[in-house]
Amino acid sequence: MGRLSVDLCGIELDNPVIPASGTFGYGYEFAEIYDINCLGTFSFKGTTRDPRFGNPTPRIAECTAGLINAIGLQNPGVDKVIAEELPKMAKVFHKKVMANVSGFSVEDYAYTCEKLDKIDQVGWLEVNISCPNVHGGGMTFGTDPEAAASVVGAVKKVTTKPVIIKLTPNVTDITSIAKACEAEGADGISLINTLLGMRIDLKTRRPVIANVMGGFSGPAVFPVALRMVYQVAKAVKVPVIGIGGVSTAEDVIEMMLAGATAVEVGAANLVDPMACRNIIDDLPKVMDKYRIETLKDIIGGMR
Amino acid sequence: MKDVLFTIKENLAIAPQVYRMVLTGDCSQITAPGQFVNIRLDGLYLRRPISVCDLGGGDLTIIYKVVGKGTEQMSRMKEGGSLQVLTGLGNGYDLSCAGDAPLLIGGGVGVPPMYLLARKLREQGKNVSVVLGFNTKSEIFYEEEFRALGCGVTVTTVDGSYGTKGFVTDGLPENYSYFYCCGPEPMFKAVYKKARTSGQFSFEERMGCGFGACMGCSCRTITGYKRICKDGPVMRKEEILWED
Repeated sequence: MGRLSVDLCGIELDNPVIPASGTFGYGYEFAEIYDINCLGTFSFKGTTRDPRFGNPTPRIAECTAGLINAIGLQNPGVDKVIAEELPKMAKVFHKKVMANVSGFSVEDYAYTCEKLDKIDQVGWLEVNISCPNVHGGGMTFGTDPEAAASVVGAVKKVTTKPVIIKLTPNVTDITSIAKACEAEGADGISLINTLLGMRIDLKTRRPVIANVMGGFSGPAVFPVALRMVYQVAKAVKVPVIGIGGVSTAEDVIEMMLAGATAVEVGAANLVDPMACRNIIDDLPKVMDKYRIETLKDIIGGMR
Repeated sequence: MKDVLFTIKENLAIAPQVYRMVLTGDCSQITAPGQFVNIRLDGLYLRRPISVCDLGGGDLTIIYKVVGKGTEQMSRMKEGGSLQVLTGLGNGYDLSCAGDAPLLIGGGVGVPPMYLLARKLREQGKNVSVVLGFNTKSEIFYEEEFRALGCGVTVTTVDGSYGTKGFVTDGLPENYSYFYCCGPEPMFKAVYKKARTSGQFSFEERMGCGFGACMGCSCRTITGYKRICKDGPVMRKEEILWED
């Protein structure tokens, strides 16, 4: 075990840095400019039962220290992901990969997870009950403890791999949702997904995003994400993955001090395709600076 | 794709609100006319995608119009300054379809990518015609530069203050072997309807990453979903599916 390694639900990661779903595609574009095997793992583009084009464009709006996206879970559907994308991913990434799954009904989630659970290359299932950009699914399940628990229960029944539930911050009490997921057998919790936001174009007086609202992410959300990671990590015993505005090695360490076992990096990948590699390269230096011997020792180590 | 630190060699207004910036640095990843670069700017989160206008001798030329915060910031940059630029993005134009007498159609800030394309096609000995569309005389740029390459140039202005009055479609020649087009979408639809041959269009969309990771700029085509930044920005006439 190296200085940077952590254990995520029984699988050792060389380091805690994980590109977040939807900001890394299937890794191919990044593999063109660096060897992505330096990553702990990565969470590939959210998969649904059926193929989806997603929302109309514009899907992107810039904000101060971040962006709003309303992609709408564009993906070729689970069968094509298994038949085409996973074999292609295996060529550029040789470790276990994290499969991010979305759905529009409890059955959808179970169906898609059951299929991906059979793939050896998949190490974890990250169940997204927090997408703000689709109607009648996604976030609807993540804003109510019972609905969240019903997804977890259905998925756990048909899978053997660790199930990590990805939560939305757009709730009154995120710890009650996290606890409900844990009680139903969730093996980990990842948070936060994006914050619901919007922008208006002053020239046209129209929303910048075709879908009007979208998910806000980027460095601006980091303090909110850190607070919620801290709250959830205190409330549950299962590992927590910290997500939200992480852009530097310092951010990774801060998330881990708040209680994160691993950290996902999202928006930063879009503005700097080298972001994750740079964070991993910087970690040992920053650890030295703060006299941190091994990363796993600082998880939840805030004094 | 490569993230490169360029030095600004020139940043000059060539028309009202339109600037030409010449950058010196590693251009090795830029392989075709019609590709674009994505520029990082202080204090702005997303990069700004700008098409490649010309290349040569280690220099990259871009032409941009000031339309918002990012381009406004660029317009104030000085010679000797530096700029972080993600290079070699997008597919670019396929020159192999050009035939003997290709037609290049550029509208407004859709004109710049036509320049490198025209130069490459002229180097291949093609008989290149160019139609450049602007709103009014004062906005015209690069007419002489295209003539200097040996292209036949027609300029159209919407208000008739210079050249042919009307839109680019009012200035199309009788005969051409293929066309390449860059400009606003209404112009694409008009060209699409009127063009007699096959051709290629270079599309624009608000982008997140600019290199294919985020699916922010997807569009539907006859051959499936495409990312404008990665599978485009250039699309063939036959694959375009107009959304409305």
